[in-house]
Amino acid sequence: MSTLAVEVWRGGAQGAFQSFEVPRYPSQTVLDVVTYIQRSLDPTLAYRFACRVGMCGSCAMTVNGVPRWTCRTHVDKVSRENKLVIGPLRNLPVIRDLVTDMREFFDKWARAKGSFGGNRTRQDELARVPPDSADRKKVDAGIECIGCGVCYSACDVVAWNPDYLGPAALNRAWTLVKDERDVAKTERLRAVAGDAGCHACHTHMSCTERCPMGLSPTAGISGLKRAVLGSALKGGL
Amino acid sequence: MNRHSSYWVFLVHRLSGIALALFLPVHFWALGNALRLDALLAWTQQPLVKFAEWGLVVLLAAHLGGGLRVLALEFLPWRDWQKGLTAAAAAVTFAAGLAFALAL
Amino acid sequence: MSARTQTLLWIAQRASAAVLALCVIVHLFTIIYAVQGGLSAAEILGRTRGNVAWFTFYSIFVLGVAVHAPIGLRSIFIEWLGWRGRSRDGVVVAFAAVLAWMGMRAVFAVFV
Repeated sequence: MSTLAVEVWRGGAQGAFQSFEVPRYPSQTVLDVVTYIQRSLDPTLAYRFACRVGMCGSCAMTVNGVPRWTCRTHVDKVSRENKLVIGPLRNLPVIRDLVTDMREFFDKWARAKGSFGGNRTRQDELARVPPDSADRKKVDAGIECIGCGVCYSACDVVAWNPDYLGPAALNRAWTLVKDERDVAKTERLRAVAGDAGCHACHTHMSCTERCPMGLSPTAGISGLKRAVLGSALKGGL
Repeated sequence: MNRHSSYWVFLVHRLSGIALALFLPVHFWALGNALRLDALLAWTQQPLVKFAEWGLVVLLAAHLGGGLRVLALEFLPWRDWQKGLTAAAAAVTFAAGLAFALAL
Repeated sequence: MSARTQTLLWIAQRASAAVLALCVIVHLFTIIYAVQGGLSAAEILGRTRGNVAWFTFYSIFVLGVAVHAPIGLRSIFIEWLGWRGRSRDGVVVAFAAVLAWMGMRAVFAVFV
């Protein structure tokens, strides 16, 4: 039986990596490794998970320098020479060990006006939105975000500029800008413009590279840049 | 941290931009002294200077290639395979570098 | 600085980029042509002095650069130097002025 040499972050913003030896199995995921450590080696290890089948995004951590869903990351795929380094998601305050404070992530979502603004009541007719209309296809391409924070962690601009709203918030704003039922577009475009908004994206595309849902926030942010341009030219900003 | 190709093309674009921004005042100063141009041009015959000139052409082409990539990503309809733009940027850089080197 | 002004900076950056893309392509071809067989002041200035078309072209090039480069540096100041506040934008504007002045001085020296 081979073993994995696993380094796990312990502590908060200040701390250190602690080494563990974990038995290696075929088809083992990084979440299996973390779970083994907490159950059999050190019960004080703090980490998050929920569904463990790649649907909720709770288990996102930094594995060998890359943000991933640990339940969907096979050890075989990321470990070289039987080594693993596991840390909390980057760009978020660390509460303890592998658990981060997601409040800023969701606050930025709100600052980007990432919520729907409609003007119909239950008395009105349902909106009819053809699923194959050009705009709806754009929305559908970005709508499956579950707010896991992997893109936010992967983004260097978030690391360099603490005000930057980030790929997830901007992607969500994009899906609303393209939603024909939404009536809050002008304020939303104002919210996503500028140094803290879509204009700070430099198309590194780390978000697109790492999104476990296969979304492309870069595409949405490029769309926002064009939408803001249109609004600015019409005097709407 | 694993880095992927789009990050590298961004980094080349940014670093070449910084280098060009630092170079341009010098370039403008030298050209502004056009009356003393022959003395300056004699200086530029040195191999090290020629190599630096070639380097600047490469930086300019790299910055152009990376910049065209950004403009394409932001203004053209989205397509899924973005790595083609990175490849195009690299091709432009290589072509310009080669052409200048052959012309020297 | 308002989000609207920051948006205008982005627009100016991209617009100047498009103009500069054309200028740079022309410039690259020109210098690769000119550099063959060595450079001499007489040869260069003989071609350029009094040439209105090239004067216009390089004036546009210089002014494009004076818009494009400082705005690019501004992002770098924010992201890599963590430079907040008005002094940063003051330096950016000053750099634009320096590029424009020195650039037009060069254009006049070579083309007039």
